[in-house]
Amino acid sequence: MDWATIIPILDATLRAATPLLFVCLAGLFSERSGIIDIGLEGKLLISAFFSASIAAMTNSVWLGLLAGIGASLGLSLIHGVASITFRGNQLISGVALNFLASGLTVVIGENWFGLGGRTPQLEGPGRFQPIDLPGAYALQDVPVIGPIYSGLISGHTILVYGAFVTVALTWWVLYRTRFGLHLRAVGENPESVDTAGISVTRLRYAAIVIAGVLCGIGGAYLATGLAAGFVKEMSAGRGYIALAALIFAKWRPWYALGACLLFGFLDAIGNRFQNIELLGINIPTQFMQALPYILTVVILAGFVGKAIPPRAGGQPYVKER
Amino acid sequence: MTKIPAWVDIALIPFINLLLALIVSGLVILYIGENPFEAISIMVNGAIGSAYGWGYTLYYATNFIFTGLAVAVAYQARFFNIGGEGQAAIGSLGVALVCLAVPWPHWLLALPAAIIIGALFGAAWAAIPAYLQAKRGSHIVITTIMFNFIASALLVYLLVNVMKPAGVMAPETARFPEGAHLPNGYDMFSWLGFSRSAPMNVTFFVAVACCVLVYLLIWRTRLGYQIRAFGQSEKAAVYAGINPVKITMITMLISGGLAGLMGINAVMGEAERLVIDPVQGAGFVGIAVALMGRNHPLGVFLAGLLFGMLYQGGGELEFEIPAVSREMILVIQAMVILFTGALDNMIRRPFEKFFARQQKAGA
Repeated sequence: MDWATIIPILDATLRAATPLLFVCLAGLFSERSGIIDIGLEGKLLISAFFSASIAAMTNSVWLGLLAGIGASLGLSLIHGVASITFRGNQLISGVALNFLASGLTVVIGENWFGLGGRTPQLEGPGRFQPIDLPGAYALQDVPVIGPIYSGLISGHTILVYGAFVTVALTWWVLYRTRFGLHLRAVGENPESVDTAGISVTRLRYAAIVIAGVLCGIGGAYLATGLAAGFVKEMSAGRGYIALAALIFAKWRPWYALGACLLFGFLDAIGNRFQNIELLGINIPTQFMQALPYILTVVILAGFVGKAIPPRAGGQPYVKER
Repeated sequence: MTKIPAWVDIALIPFINLLLALIVSGLVILYIGENPFEAISIMVNGAIGSAYGWGYTLYYATNFIFTGLAVAVAYQARFFNIGGEGQAAIGSLGVALVCLAVPWPHWLLALPAAIIIGALFGAAWAAIPAYLQAKRGSHIVITTIMFNFIASALLVYLLVNVMKPAGVMAPETARFPEGAHLPNGYDMFSWLGFSRSAPMNVTFFVAVACCVLVYLLIWRTRLGYQIRAFGQSEKAAVYAGINPVKITMITMLISGGLAGLMGINAVMGEAERLVIDPVQGAGFVGIAVALMGRNHPLGVFLAGLLFGMLYQGGGELEFEIPAVSREMILVIQAMVILFTGALDNMIRRPFEKFFARQQKAGA
């Protein structure tokens, strides 16, 4: 292994981890407030579609991003109405939204573009372009620092950097603001928050809106940053991997970064090598693909540190009368 | 809590929910510039207007009855088994192994073997999440989701590396021997006009039998009583001497087994070989079917038929009106799950208020 092999893999890791990170943090806000969100996958998918479609129509990736966030917010609000206002089953609502996204993206996509569920290829201002950080070119040939700075850290789209900033922001909001304190409390013990005179409903809607926005950005990155357009079912289970990462991270922001980087790394390795030899044993790619899920089950089983979810997760709050 | 009349609960409210789902789906069809009424008539006609349509509708219905029963049984103990997809995939693997391992002389011998192994494989795939739920408290919804993905990776691996015959490009097994061929609609009822290609087969009757057996199990046996008691109140059930670990395991094994049986219909009855995705989302449709059917076997049977019609009719819809893609089925399905499942209270609450007022006025 030399720099020329390692850097591209790590580079791909960052790119693969970005959508996971946005979606994982979305799930973190939602679940920390006590709303379980199986529908992350659907939000990611519908945002990918609308961001690519609007970017293709207007040739502006920023309008695309807005449209993606809007679409994802739409699903979020349905989830909110179902699970907060009407106290429905949050899991079922999530399942429904995933189907809705799978169906709508193709039905509408076929109607708008007639390309078999694809959107037209995006180019130029229709996509997020890589940003060269200052000095990346100058430092290129410096040993060690050169490949890491110019090859790995520089040259990503703004959303990749945004994802990392979002982790810090999430941590700050959750642990350093009053809103964050309330949010964590409402996911553990909504009665106490209610007793303190704070609206459980409003807090949970706020969390769901944040989740919608973050999924929207993740979807936009998928279709306009990572790829150059929307393809049918392009989220490809990333919403579920993000859910797995959330459990792996035990619902904490910095750990979420670690989990998403790990799962992104597995993805990058799986794409780079068809077969991996480890200690003389040939590891099939399918095993690498299943590894995030296997690791999550192991964590859930509590054999390697116990993952304890927010206590009020999944239960609708009924105000005392 | 006020009681609402049974007919409102099991007939009127689901009907209104279904109607709302159809209205919203109709709006989507309207948006893409087609006539929703024409679309509905094409779908109904395509699904049940001919023996040809029935041959497909009943095939899809068979899949959905199995996966719907799987969700319904688990729900009696208040477990949400979202892993029907993976359990059915592994069940399919079991069925394929049975069909390939033995040169079956007649399907009457092959079918019972496939039933046993298919159910065992499906149950085994539910066993680990069930054990983790019972013993370690890991949320079964999350573990079963993870197991869906693990199952799909396992199946791809086995088909690509192990089970694919040499010299074949497509990742699928060899065709099953002639003796494992299940009689299809044409073989059994050609006088009814089923077409030769119709995939509906004898497994449909296995599904019907499973509905009856599940009914007897849940409402007519001690075990069924324990499962329901556990679902209603775990604390009360434990106090009454019901072992929670045992009930969790047994319920999930039955649930997984039922999902596994779906493999007989799809793999042995239709494809006659194991392909890369034998389940085709039927595991998730089972959730919608169980919801619509109110987790009762009769309801699951009827809802299974309804979704069978939806899938067959949806296929015809794309054929007749190319502007409406086949994925319209997913939109309708999503709406049905949303309105009958998640938004149920939206319709239920006004009814509850109405009947509460009636009772007060009467008293």
